[in-house]
Amino acid sequence: MQKKSPEIQSPKRAQQFLYFFLKEELAEEVAGDLEEQFHAVLERSSPAQARRNYWYQVFHYLRPFAIRNITSPNLNHLDMFRNYFKIGYRQLWRNKSSALINIGGLAVGITVVMLIGLWIHDELTFNQTHQNYAQLGQLMQHQTFDGDIYTQDAMPYPVTATLREEYGSSFKYLALSTWPSDHILTKADKIIHQKGIYIEPDGPHLLDLKMKAGTRADLKNPGSIIISETTAENFFKSSNPIGQALTIDNELKVTVTGVYEDFPVNSSFYELQFLADWELYTNTYDWEIAARENPNWDDNSYQAFAQIADHTTFTSVNKQIKSVKQDGLPEGLKRLKAEVFINPMQDWHLRSNWESGAKAGGPIQYVWLFGIIGVFVLILACINFMNLSTAQSEKRAKEVGIRKSLGSFRSQLISQFLSESFLVVVLSFLVGIMLLILFLPSFNQLADKQISFPYREPMFWLLALSFIVFTSFLAGSYPALYLSSFQPIKVLKGKAQDGHAAAGFRKGLVIVQFTVSIILIIGTLVVEKQIQYTGNRPLGYDESGLIMMEITTTDYNGKYNLIRKSLIERGAIVDMAVSSSPLTAVWNSNGGFRWEGKAADFNPIFSVIRVSHDFGATVGWEVLEGRDYSREYQTDSTAYLLNEAAVKYMGLEDPVGKIITWYQGQAHPVIGVVKDMVMKSPFQSVDPAIYMMDYTEHTNFIDLKLNPELSTKESLAIVKATFKEYVPSVPFSYKFADQEHALKFAAEDRVQKLSRVFALLAIFISCLGLFGLAAFMASQRKKEIGIRKVLGASVFNLWRLLSQEFLILVGVSCLLAVPVAYWALNNWLDNYTYRTGIPWWFLAIACLAAVGLTLITVSFQSIRAANRSPVQSIRSGE
Amino acid sequence: MKETRLGDFEEVLLLIVGILGEEAYAFKISEEFSVQAKRTASIGSVHSTLSRLEKKGFLESTMGDPSAVRGGRRKRIYTITALGQRTLKDSRDFKLSLWNQYPPFSTGNIQFG
Repeated sequence: MQKKSPEIQSPKRAQQFLYFFLKEELAEEVAGDLEEQFHAVLERSSPAQARRNYWYQVFHYLRPFAIRNITSPNLNHLDMFRNYFKIGYRQLWRNKSSALINIGGLAVGITVVMLIGLWIHDELTFNQTHQNYAQLGQLMQHQTFDGDIYTQDAMPYPVTATLREEYGSSFKYLALSTWPSDHILTKADKIIHQKGIYIEPDGPHLLDLKMKAGTRADLKNPGSIIISETTAENFFKSSNPIGQALTIDNELKVTVTGVYEDFPVNSSFYELQFLADWELYTNTYDWEIAARENPNWDDNSYQAFAQIADHTTFTSVNKQIKSVKQDGLPEGLKRLKAEVFINPMQDWHLRSNWESGAKAGGPIQYVWLFGIIGVFVLILACINFMNLSTAQSEKRAKEVGIRKSLGSFRSQLISQFLSESFLVVVLSFLVGIMLLILFLPSFNQLADKQISFPYREPMFWLLALSFIVFTSFLAGSYPALYLSSFQPIKVLKGKAQDGHAAAGFRKGLVIVQFTVSIILIIGTLVVEKQIQYTGNRPLGYDESGLIMMEITTTDYNGKYNLIRKSLIERGAIVDMAVSSSPLTAVWNSNGGFRWEGKAADFNPIFSVIRVSHDFGATVGWEVLEGRDYSREYQTDSTAYLLNEAAVKYMGLEDPVGKIITWYQGQAHPVIGVVKDMVMKSPFQSVDPAIYMMDYTEHTNFIDLKLNPELSTKESLAIVKATFKEYVPSVPFSYKFADQEHALKFAAEDRVQKLSRVFALLAIFISCLGLFGLAAFMASQRKKEIGIRKVLGASVFNLWRLLSQEFLILVGVSCLLAVPVAYWALNNWLDNYTYRTGIPWWFLAIACLAAVGLTLITVSFQSIRAANRSPVQSIRSGE
Repeated sequence: MKETRLGDFEEVLLLIVGILGEEAYAFKISEEFSVQAKRTASIGSVHSTLSRLEKKGFLESTMGDPSAVRGGRRKRIYTITALGQRTLKDSRDFKLSLWNQYPPFSTGNIQFG
């Protein structure tokens, strides 16, 4: 037998644990036995084994006979707590109004916090149903133009093939894809517009399709299409969709090889109704065939997705693939300094903004904003609770004194008051849950979400429970500590005036409440003004009665003049045009323009918008210099128009007649300058734009100006009939330009509405608290008021006496809130190029509103107190 | 014959306490148990049973001397009480009487296997 060295000792931690739970009277013998056992095991096997055994033995002492009593043997705690709750309940019942204020305020606060919590959860779990959430990414690139780094998700054709070839081992799946856009799906006489993409065969894996029929691999089959359940239902009802034939855009014949479960709402791929064979697509269209035969690294026209291999990380893959495009670019374009990287799915939704090649936030800012508001609202509600409880402390001082004299420990008093606060919080929580269920539908509408009440999530209830406990402590801690600190002799003698500290604390809380409320009022006003200001921004064109139809097939080819003429003849429209971008977006930006007098190192990019002759007449733009396109000049087909921003950007003195060349192309004369048109974000400045004439497949939209002399309905009916006549293969579908434009305000609109609601709630809660506090003050000074009245004070005098204290507090809040709000909102407004200012009277209005509300709230109490008969108030014993 | 209130494990431990005599304390009893019964029982479970037996009055205990191997700690030595003795005897008698009433074994010519 091997002798073990004597230093080996029994595990200390196990022993500590043993002493922690073991009855004291057993400690010696048990520890001795275990020690002996330890050495016995050590003799016959390894130290590790002995230590393990020691732990094992310690755990086997977790038996009722050996565990120390946590409860002291003499007190029946259950009864004690039952008593606490009974007292708490009676206390609430006796002070019904303050109980109502407390529970109501807290319930509203809890509802707000739960709504915000659910909203944040929904935002944070965006895309998380995707199985490969952690490994999936979209390929993106940074490029340098004229010293500025621009980031985009549009990628060149050869990128996936090259990555597959050179760094194949770093990727599990890779796929190039078209942009999701509306396509026409046809089956016999059934025609439907559906959003879909053509994607390389890895697509179904990347997008994590949950197949209902067929397999993910079936997209490999030539001419196949995988459709969503909804689409399948639309076309085939209950019959089996597999093997059925469909036509895309009246050109591509495809066969259904699979059906997938619809994407959930909170997925980036929501609305994607089909995935179709990439090969078929690239073999069909001329420009795709050209792209395929002549891979061009400079044509960023596709999106690409990648799932990295299991053994690697985004950081290391990004390092590898960084220069893949730069290496492929021809010498003349190396200045772009293209840098390819993968943007992980985690960042798609919440961190979607880029600035100078770095992530610059995104909707995550709103998550923070609302998170902070939620916390504030909860704090406001808690403050009310603390305020009212401490304020009522005097009433309960005697109770505390008697309890202490009868032998209560301070810890018992603390748990008594904490259990009262627990009671209030639980009641508030129940009311809050009811409010939540009541208001969730309208909140969903407001926030454009589909959040449901998570009955079945154990996590929710767990959080709710911890929330209740946390809030009870937060709201109940100060009153509990404060009340329990009373000295029995003093309070029983009746000397317990609440000290300066308590009064100061209470005032501080009122100030905090009103500061937050005033900031929220100012914030709401400013957000509203900014939206209104931008909404009234001159657009540079006339959006009324302007509709856009996307050109999805070549069936329109050669019919431009025919359709235009008959529409005008039939009186449906004023004019018609085609354009490469919709009126509410810019789809192309290009560099490569040169003109006389351009600095050699200046590499400008312009928005490029291809239009037909009649574009100006259709949208009603304003030609400031030169002239519009005209059919009278043959040469106009190569002529350019510029917008004001472009003239400024190029530094031209007298732009009309100047010659611009594009890459190696021919000379393009500038024939006119038009007023800036707001096509992109109404919050930003208008980009420099070049308009060029084009009737080819580069144009993507038909723009129509409806005849204002007919009603929209009438003219649309004629338009529909006409298109049906000339292009029967295409379903009639259109969008109003003004509606599309309005959509750009959606995010700001939502923030405005939400912040308005939250501001109102914050004010409501604050006033509720003030109301309670004023009531308390009035009752506390009952005798004083009575005596003053007897001595001749008027009601007005008394009202002023009682109100001014609160007014001073609110005044301090104003002084604090105004600079903070001004600074924060100026910062927010700086996000927008087209921004409004903050007029001083906004600040004044907010402060006046706060003061006014305070006066109303307090006056209600103080006038009542001042009108009370002095005989009553002086006589009453207590 | 009245039934004893001894469980199987309790009975075995009671017997082992009797066998060990002066050395009857939790650790030793658990070791002896594992030797005799060829299965292990944790000291905790032994200790718990011993304290139960003590509560029932079958055992009594005193603190013994400290020893170095126990880190200078004393041990609790258990001894069987008169009541314990009687209960053990009752238990044996009761079982024997049952055995004797069981025909295959009652001939006195017991064969196992």
